[in-house]
Amino acid sequence: MDLAEYKGIYVIAEQFEGKLRNVSFELLGQARVLADTIGDEVGAILIGKDVKPLAQDLIAHGAHKVYVYDDPKLENYNTTAYAKVICDFFHEEKPNVFLVGATNIGRDLGPRIANSLQTGLTADCTGLAVDDDGKTIVWTRPALGGNIMAEIICPDNRPQMGTVRPNVFKKPEADPNAKGEVIEKTANLSDADFMTKFVELIKMGGEGIKIEEADVIVSGGRGMNGPEPFTGMLKDLADVLGGAVGASRAAVDAGWIDALHQVGQTGKTVGPKIYIACGISGAIQHLAGMSGSDCVIAINKDEDAPIFKVCDYGIVGDAFKIVPLLTAAIKKIKG
Amino acid sequence: MDFKLNDLQKDIVKTVHDYCEKKIKPDIGERDHAGDFGEEHVKALMQDMGIAGIYYPEEYGGMGNDGGDVLTYILCVEEIAKYDAGMAATVSASISLGTNPIWQYGTEEQKKKYLEPLVTGEKLGAFCLTEPGAGTDAAMQQTTAVKDGDHYILNGNKIFITNGGKADTYIVFAMTDKSKGTKGISAFIVEKGWEGFTFGKKEDKLGIHTSQTMELIFQDVKVPAENLLGEEGKGFIIAMQTLDGGRIGIAAQALGIAESALDDAVAYSKERVQFGRPLCKFQNVSFKLADMKMKIEAARLLVYKAAEAKQAGGRFSLEAAIAKRMASDIAMEVTTEAVQIFGGYGYTEDYPVARHMRDAKITQIYEGTNEVQLMVTSGFLLK
Amino acid sequence: MEILVCVKQVPDTAEVKIDPVKHTVIRAGVPNIFNPFDQNALEAALQLKDNQGAKVTLLSMGPPQAKDVLREGLAMGADEAYLLTDRKVGGSDTLATGYCLAQAVKKVAELKGIEQFDIILCGKQAIDGDTAQVGPQIACELGIPQITYAAAIEVNEEAKCVKVKQQNEEGYIITEANFPVLITAVKELNEPRFPTIRGTMKAKRREIPELSADDVKADETKIGLSGSPTKVRKIFTPPQRTQGLIIPVEDDNDQAAVDTLMEKLTAQKII
Repeated sequence: MDLAEYKGIYVIAEQFEGKLRNVSFELLGQARVLADTIGDEVGAILIGKDVKPLAQDLIAHGAHKVYVYDDPKLENYNTTAYAKVICDFFHEEKPNVFLVGATNIGRDLGPRIANSLQTGLTADCTGLAVDDDGKTIVWTRPALGGNIMAEIICPDNRPQMGTVRPNVFKKPEADPNAKGEVIEKTANLSDADFMTKFVELIKMGGEGIKIEEADVIVSGGRGMNGPEPFTGMLKDLADVLGGAVGASRAAVDAGWIDALHQVGQTGKTVGPKIYIACGISGAIQHLAGMSGSDCVIAINKDEDAPIFKVCDYGIVGDAFKIVPLLTAAIKKIKG
Repeated sequence: MDFKLNDLQKDIVKTVHDYCEKKIKPDIGERDHAGDFGEEHVKALMQDMGIAGIYYPEEYGGMGNDGGDVLTYILCVEEIAKYDAGMAATVSASISLGTNPIWQYGTEEQKKKYLEPLVTGEKLGAFCLTEPGAGTDAAMQQTTAVKDGDHYILNGNKIFITNGGKADTYIVFAMTDKSKGTKGISAFIVEKGWEGFTFGKKEDKLGIHTSQTMELIFQDVKVPAENLLGEEGKGFIIAMQTLDGGRIGIAAQALGIAESALDDAVAYSKERVQFGRPLCKFQNVSFKLADMKMKIEAARLLVYKAAEAKQAGGRFSLEAAIAKRMASDIAMEVTTEAVQIFGGYGYTEDYPVARHMRDAKITQIYEGTNEVQLMVTSGFLLK
Repeated sequence: MEILVCVKQVPDTAEVKIDPVKHTVIRAGVPNIFNPFDQNALEAALQLKDNQGAKVTLLSMGPPQAKDVLREGLAMGADEAYLLTDRKVGGSDTLATGYCLAQAVKKVAELKGIEQFDIILCGKQAIDGDTAQVGPQIACELGIPQITYAAAIEVNEEAKCVKVKQQNEEGYIITEANFPVLITAVKELNEPRFPTIRGTMKAKRREIPELSADDVKADETKIGLSGSPTKVRKIFTPPQRTQGLIIPVEDDNDQAAVDTLMEKLTAQKII
């Protein structure tokens, strides 16, 4: 493998129902940083049906080139078909790097591509950099339940691949005047390339804001003692702040709230402006999912709770008393 | 002499531990408060997991031929008692007291009909000896069974029956010939639901709230003659020998309670700060913890030794009496000290130590008060 | 119906502590456990055994002590277990691991005298690495479809197909595939049963066949540290956020604490 042949940092963009996911923009921002460091270009690969209009948005967020596979057969995500499209793209365009969002789809697709191309894939990265050699990407990721961080490299194989956690990097400002090239590609697929069949999508938790996209998250843990606060006082506080309700693993495991709301190593990584942790002790697994928050406010009865070591503001007190008072105080300010 | 548990015993204890940790630990506080028996836990442990059959032979559905022994069963009772002492009583009363006599004295027909479902955990057993006027003085049985053709007519009251109302199969002791004293006592297998067999008061106890204790009332209950266990007049011997085995279960229960209280006390002593230091940094406390540990380890050896003695066959009354008395006294001491270490908090129901102390007390009383254990032991010394 | 469940023995990451002075991972005393998501995978297989008469085979890759989780799986009700254990596979990354396991899957099928497994079940990820890659890697190596993040599985044995409810960000996607298929399990799928005591006794006596890299005909250039395209360059402990302002509630005056907090938040323009 002549490594010099492989060029370009490529983001595999993810869209859902005609809307690009935030993580794709976050990845473009990072791709641009990497590309600028090594004097390379940023590309994006866009797959789906009627997705071509989205290409400009990718350019506005940092892509120099957008390769579009617009095909009715690709309307719904399909592991093997999408993997085939991207592997074909690799053979044609010889990219150096693939960045994939560590969404459920990204984590399903990434290893399928990496295996087909017999290359390395670093999962759930939280940090990206270029090594001193100017060509090797250094992928940083948490391991052992968030207890350690590892720097991973893939020096001898191409593409260099990583899935990157949503909400770790900031979405870059869109530049509506950015210029880029949109290249239409044709997917070369037979029926045999679709090894699974999409039947339907069942949407859940449609009301309210999703925690991955919320600016404010009010999370509850074991200390909430039951399901009621998650639809009651925590939701009230989230509502006055225009935020979403999150939860620790303990609360989800206890069945108090759906797993879609789980923040942490085995749940979601969030990066809101304000994260309010109520009755959450702050196990390392939880911290791994919320330490990217701008401002962490902790409310806990136990003054020794680890959450207090990482919060910006903490109240040592009973969340059941503090939260309603806080809600009232904020209501007053917001009128 | 080998003081090590084998790998199988360790694995089985781990299985019970995992269950208790995941399933019992979260709800014991609430169930203790509500006096909730925990039906689903009993089924999960006895039947699904199979604790009911650990040391009984394969032919009746047990695991005695697969490596299950009395010590393994005892280890399970100990583990359960760490989390829920009442559950340990439920389990032990069925396995040691409700099941063992049928295995030991039952006819082949009785074993097929009654032993198998008990061994597989499908049914729960109980042992019914105590009466209002016959506690420690068990010979003063007032319940009578009068032979009438192909059956006996059973009349009388039993009190403080563990698993009363919950059990399906009851081993009931009754006088078949009052003139013969203890030699006039016989044992019967009685099924729940038989006409004239009803339940009286559910006891409101100091501790082991998750164990159900009830009064049984027999009014002209027709017991088929084939349900006589052993021979007529052998009841007292059956009762005494069964209690020997039961005592090891109680000793294991006491051991588990004590260990749990020590664990709680150790954890608390590291967390709780007074005079600027965690409690454990005060020698007064650390020595107290050390003393608790030493006593627990001494009790453990006695309990395991008694279990091995039962496994070996032959008489083990002495070992069982010593283990039961020592382990239960130690449980009472250790739990009381644990409450002391917790101070005011220990006296509240916010922490489990108060429960451990309440639970420990019964182990000094039931399946023969500790005074009975002294009688048994002195009897051996002075015979 | 032949089902293979891939399981991994992992350190209980909840018990891993960081040395506060040296900032190193304290692994001593950390128990090894059955990867929780793999237990969900096994439970799904065992339900298919209970309800549809499936045969359940376990496969793990790891050091000899990984047999502990295989025994636990047998005690839960699996029929057979195999361990791929070889120094040569140590240090494998996800690509190399997927390759080794795929080779082992083929070998186990051969040993069992079956053409292939109808369903391969894995946990969605192992809690030590959290990569969620090995399941899809095995599927790709074997050239079979994968359905990840399964929250419910329906198997139609006659039609030789599965219908799976996959967790995703929006809720669920219903996906179908024909046998053979690899499915990865999430916690929501089921509640794993506990091993039985009888099962534990039987499992204790069971021989668990060990397979070496040679046994599974693994190409030495594709396994172990040297066969792994990714390399770990550095390990470090995560940077900690620093503690901010802690406001205690004094004399039960909750309002005062909330007022202090609000003052700070508005002053800093956070709210």
